[in-house]
Order: sequence, then structure tokens, then C-alpha cells
Amino acid sequence: MLEIKNLHASVDGKEILRGINLTVNAGEVHAIMGPNGAGKSTLSNVLAGRDGYEITQGEVIYKDENLLDLEAEERAQRGVFLAFQYPVEIPGVSNIYLLKAALNAVRKHQGLDELDAIDFLTLVRSKLELVKMDEEFLHRGVNEGFSGGEKKRNEILQMALLEPSLAILDETDSGLDIDALRTVSEGVNALRSDDRSIVMITHYQRLLDYIVPDFVHVLSDGQIVKSGDKELAKELEKTGYSWVNEDA
Amino acid sequence: MAEEQQQIDDVLESDYQAGFVTDIEAESLPPGLSEETVREISRIKGEPEFLLEWRLQAFRHWLTLETPEWAHVNYPEIDYQDISYYSAPKKKTDGPKSLDEVDPELLRTYEKLGVPLDERARLAGVAVDAVFDSVSVANTFQDKLAEEGILFMPFSKAVHEHPELVKKYLGSVVSYKDNFYAALNSAVFSDGSFVYIPKGTRCPMELSTYFRINAANTGQFERTLIIADDDAYVSYLEGCTAPMRDENQLHAAVVELVAHDRAEIKYSTVQNWYPGDENGVGGIFNFVTKRAACRGESSKVSWTQVETGSAITWKYPSVILQGDNSVGEFYSVAVTNNMQQADTGTKMVHLGKNTSSTIISKGISAGRSQNAYRGLVRVGPNAENARNYTECDSLLMGDQCGAHTFPYIEVKNPTAQVEHEASTSKISEDQLFYCKQRGLDVEDAVSMIVNGFCKQVMRQLPMEFAVEAQNLLGLSLEGSVG
Ligand SMILES: Nc1ncnc2c1ncn2[C@@H]1O[C@H](COP(=O)(O)OP(=O)(O)OP(=O)(O)O)[C@@H](O)[C@H]1O
Ligand SMILES: [Mg+2]
Repeated sequence: MLEIKNLHASVDGKEILRGINLTVNAGEVHAIMGPNGAGKSTLSNVLAGRDGYEITQGEVIYKDENLLDLEAEERAQRGVFLAFQYPVEIPGVSNIYLLKAALNAVRKHQGLDELDAIDFLTLVRSKLELVKMDEEFLHRGVNEGFSGGEKKRNEILQMALLEPSLAILDETDSGLDIDALRTVSEGVNALRSDDRSIVMITHYQRLLDYIVPDFVHVLSDGQIVKSGDKELAKELEKTGYSWVNEDA
Repeated sequence: MAEEQQQIDDVLESDYQAGFVTDIEAESLPPGLSEETVREISRIKGEPEFLLEWRLQAFRHWLTLETPEWAHVNYPEIDYQDISYYSAPKKKTDGPKSLDEVDPELLRTYEKLGVPLDERARLAGVAVDAVFDSVSVANTFQDKLAEEGILFMPFSKAVHEHPELVKKYLGSVVSYKDNFYAALNSAVFSDGSFVYIPKGTRCPMELSTYFRINAANTGQFERTLIIADDDAYVSYLEGCTAPMRDENQLHAAVVELVAHDRAEIKYSTVQNWYPGDENGVGGIFNFVTKRAACRGESSKVSWTQVETGSAITWKYPSVILQGDNSVGEFYSVAVTNNMQQADTGTKMVHLGKNTSSTIISKGISAGRSQNAYRGLVRVGPNAENARNYTECDSLLMGDQCGAHTFPYIEVKNPTAQVEHEASTSKISEDQLFYCKQRGLDVEDAVSMIVNGFCKQVMRQLPMEFAVEAQNLLGLSLEGSVG
């Protein structure tokens, strides 16, 4: 599904990713942990195609294509989805409008017709249920005035609707209360499948109790310094990251 | 970020969705303006004496005036002796014979705007007999209006058929003394629309519907007069989303609205005149005087405008709130790109008691354009409990454009409540990336964000135009983000 080879990326001449290697196969769930400022969000942004990063070395293969050659919207249309750490507000644009535009963009790429209004609404309603969101949210401005937790839930709603092949969740658990964490996790688990890969960035072992990962990686100072299974996360919970830096 | 800025510049640089130029029948007056010209126009149109007199007074007054210079716009001096003040209406038969002969680029624009298929031929100026269906539909509309006693006709026809109404109302809201362009228009206006809604009548359809069927012949000096008698209601739409070219560079229209007791007039405009090329060469100068009188108690006038075209736009649709409890509203979206200049806003003049007004202005500037809001809220000494709410928001795309706000407030009654809010923002890179990450291309993303910004105004438009107008905003900014 995804193969990252020796990826180096800098912003304004400052190198932030310093040789990332990571392979994610279809159906796998990978957790990426690591201290603040390590480069986790940078990695997600680079994978999603945000402007402003200079790729100085390395390559990323996604479904046999060179991912870095594609525009952000082309990546999205091919099934790359990023749940943002800080979802942005778009005043005046209703949530349902964005959802529809997004779904149609993906469908168009797949050579499918646009869904008619009724089918679309039926589909959205089923996804709302999955993340236990009220229909009222469809008609509010995108993330406008949403609480932190509501914004994160809204990201998962979009993911559920778009059914991506590769979902990158950047700290989707931060800011969620205990019930919301459970709901969102159930939502994500429901989306686990053999043909979908999930990369979760998180600071907390707690999330991994709900969404059990196949692999856990530690990203520190722009490199993956340690990889393991879910036990690694438990170890980190006890010991923190200081040893990681010492080792490296 | 620099790249994002480059993208913004790229979208801005894409060409204007080319309009079309229809050959104008050669029958026209030679350039030049004198009393003789005014008499000649009136003679050709076979006007009654009172109207000729009025035109002449306007002309004599115009001679005493100087071009106004206070607006935030720059343009070369206009030589008024170099303009032809009359040309015969276009002959429809000169147009293309079928859609196959129409510029494919233009057809593509209609498609992008979402103009319904059966209307494209008419908009493109295809000869009348080729659009036979539309004509019969137009006749059905006319019959329906006549049944209700509604008068809706070209101004020049109203002059002949209802001279008493024209005499009573013409110039009663916008005096020929009002300003330079109003005086000029009064002296030489060619034609326009006349609407009278009788007492207690609710116009059964959006008058816009009619326009879609029967092309409005927007002239250089257009004159529109709409009267809603007691308890009447009408919604009127001027212009259309389709791009319009005109060989006349100067446009100076006058629109007068009169609302009697408990009457309501909704006047919507979509203006998409040719804005000129990216260096500002060749666009239309649009200097318009629009004013409404809420003459009766509890009357209401609502102006909604979406201004995307013209090289220079200079217009301030205003409401004189004379009747007690009367209501004035102004909803405006003004988009400027490349070298366009817009100086637009409104005047709300509160004279009656308990009068209220709302002003919502959304300015979007891109390229090297200049976009100014200019508004006056005046509360007279007798306007007890007058209220105004003004919100003026500017959205900047790129860093070479300008947004300016000039709010003037004059309050002569201590019970008045006047509120003003203003904001300036930029389309953020975060918003764009968010939309792109959801699969939208940049143009759709910009269009969506801009439409969100303008939502309060867009939802005032007649339903049937809302989608086209939304697409128009996107098209006007095409090229402003890569
Ligand atoms: N546009 C930028 N300009 C300068 N520095 C940047 C920019 N973007 C990111 N950085 C820096 O790159 C480093 C990595 O940031 P990143 O957001 O990827 O960290 P993170 O691992 O996601 O951290 P957190 O756990 O706090 O979310 C930080 O030191 C950050 O300040
Ligand atoms: Mg982060």
C-alpha cells in the first residue's frame, strides 16, 4: 500500500524529516508515537501533499504510483485521507456541502456518477450514526464553532464517508472525552478492513487499547528510531521518550 | 507561503470567460451632445412634450456640473462629445443562426455557470425564430401579468401607454439634479423597464423569470422605474450571470423604486459586464444611480447585488425611509480581480419613526484590484427609534489588492441605535489545503470558500439564480489561486 524510503523533507531550509523508512501493507494499522516536535505532523502533511515542504531525498510509493508526484487533491481522490490534528473552520460553507463535494470528487475519479440527493443523505445518515453525531452538524459551517472533540469526530465522519485506502489520523484522540474516545475508536475499528491501511499518530497508549495496532513506531527528531508491536507503546507509557533519545 | 501566493496569482490570471460582441445595427446618431441631440432622441422616440422638457432641463443642469471625483477610483477623463447617444435596437436576425455558430468558449462558460440548456441559445443571441419556444413562453407570462393588472413593459412603451404614471413618478426619487451621471442619464436615456404593481397585488412570479426568456435590452443609458402600490409585492432581477460585452464603455443607468404603504420591493442585480483585460484595458465603466423611496408606512425595499464585472463600478443603491416603520436592506457582494475597481455601498436615510435598515457588504479583492465599501447611515431629527445594523467584511486574495471601508454615520436623533461591524480576512492556506485534502481542486475550493464568505448575501437571491450566481463567483476568481 505505502512504502516510504529514506524520506528527507525540510521547511525553509530546516531539515525536519531526516530519513524516514516505513512500509505499510494493506489491512495494517500502524501507530506512530514520539515527542512533541519530532516531525509526526510534518510526515502526515508531506504524505498528504501540503505545499511548503521541500523533499530533498527519498521516495514514497503508494499503490504503485510515485505519491510525491501528485497534487494534494489527486492523492485524496486516490484514497489518501488525512484526519487533521487541527481541523480548520470554513465559515459559511455547510458541512454537508463539503461532504458532498468531497465524495463526488472521489467518485468522479473512480468513474462513478454523482450520488443523487436522496442516496447521498441516506449514506451520510448511516455514517453519522457510526460516529454518533447529530444531524444538526450537517448544516453548520464546516467546523464552525465546533468544540475540539466535535471537530475530531467530524474528521472521522468524513473518513467514514470517503472510505479511503490509506487513512492517516493525526492525534485524532487528543481532546476527546472518554465516551467520545470510545465512539471514535469504534468508528475507526468499523473501518478496519483488509484493503485499508491506517496510520495513527498519538501520544497516548489509551487509544491503542481501543484500536489495537499491528505495529508501533517511535519517531524522534525526524527519524523512526524504534519499531515494535503494541507492547512497545506500553513500555513508552512507563518510561517516556528520554531513553529513546539517549539510545539514538 | 510563497507557493500558495503563486497559486493565487495563477488562478487570478486566467482569462475572462470571453463574452461576445453582437453587431449593432448602424442606425445611430453621430457622436456629440447638445440640446439638439436631446431633442433628436426625444423626436425619434415620439415622446410627449413633458418628457422632452424634462430631458432639456436635465441637460441644462448637467452642463453646470463637474465630474465627481470623490470615489476611490481612477480612470481617464471621458470625452462626452465622443459618444453616440442613440443607436437603434439590435436586429435579432443579425445573430448566429444556431448554437453551432456560437463561440464554443462562451458555451463552455454557460455550462460552467449552470445556465439551463434551453436558455443558452437566447443568451448567446441566436436569431429569434430559432428560439421559438421561448417566445411563446414569454407571451404566456405577459398574459398572466396582464390578468393581475400588472404593468411591465419597456420604458418607452410606458411613456406612450401610461404617461400619467411616468409623469408622476419619473425623477421623483432620483432628481435629475442628483448627480452628474443622473443628470446625463435623464437628458439622454434610451430605454429601460417600467413596472407598476397595483394595490394589493402580489406579483405572481419573479420578474427575473421573464428576463430569462425575453432578453433585457440593457442600453448604455438605461432608465428603470418600479412602483409598488399599497400592499403590493414584487421581486425583480436585473442582469444575468452570463458575461456581457458592450461596445459602449460608459454605462450610466438610473433606477428608481417607489414603495407605498406596506408594499415590498426586492430588487436583485447580477452584474457581469466585461471587466477589461488583465491590464484593465477595455472594460466597462459602470456609473449607476439606484435609489428607492419607502414612501408608505411599513413599506420595505431590499437591494441585493452581486457585482463581478466592469472595469469600474460606482454605485450606491440607497433607500429613503420616509414611511414610519419602513425597512431598508442592502446585501452586496462585490468581486474585483486584476485591475478592476469597485466603489460601492449604500445610503440608508432614516426619516420616519421606527425605521430600520440592514447593510451586509462582502468585498472580495484579488489581483491588483481595488475594492471599496462606502456607506452612509443618516438618521433625521424626527426618526424616533431608528435602527441600523451594518456589517462589512473584506476578503483579500493575494497581497497586491486593496480593500477599503468608508462608513459615514450622521445621527440627529438621540433615540437611534446604529451598529457597525467590519472585518478583513484572507483565504487561508489551511482552508485551501483542507479542501484539497478532501479531493477538491483549487478552483472548486476557492469557489466554495468564497461562497461561504458571501452566504448571507447569496441566500437573498432568487432561488433560480442562486446556483448560477455561486458558479459566477468561482469563475470570476478563476486563476486567483493555482
Ligand atoms: N512551517 C514551518 N516552519 C518552521 N518550522 C516548522 C514548520 N513546520 C514545522 N516546523 C517544525 O518542525 C518540527 C516538527 O513539527 P511537527 O508539527 O511535525 O511535530 P509533531 O511531531 O507533530 O509534534 P506534536 O506532537 O507537538 O504535534 C517542529 O520543531 C516545528 O516547529
Ligand atoms: Mg503534530
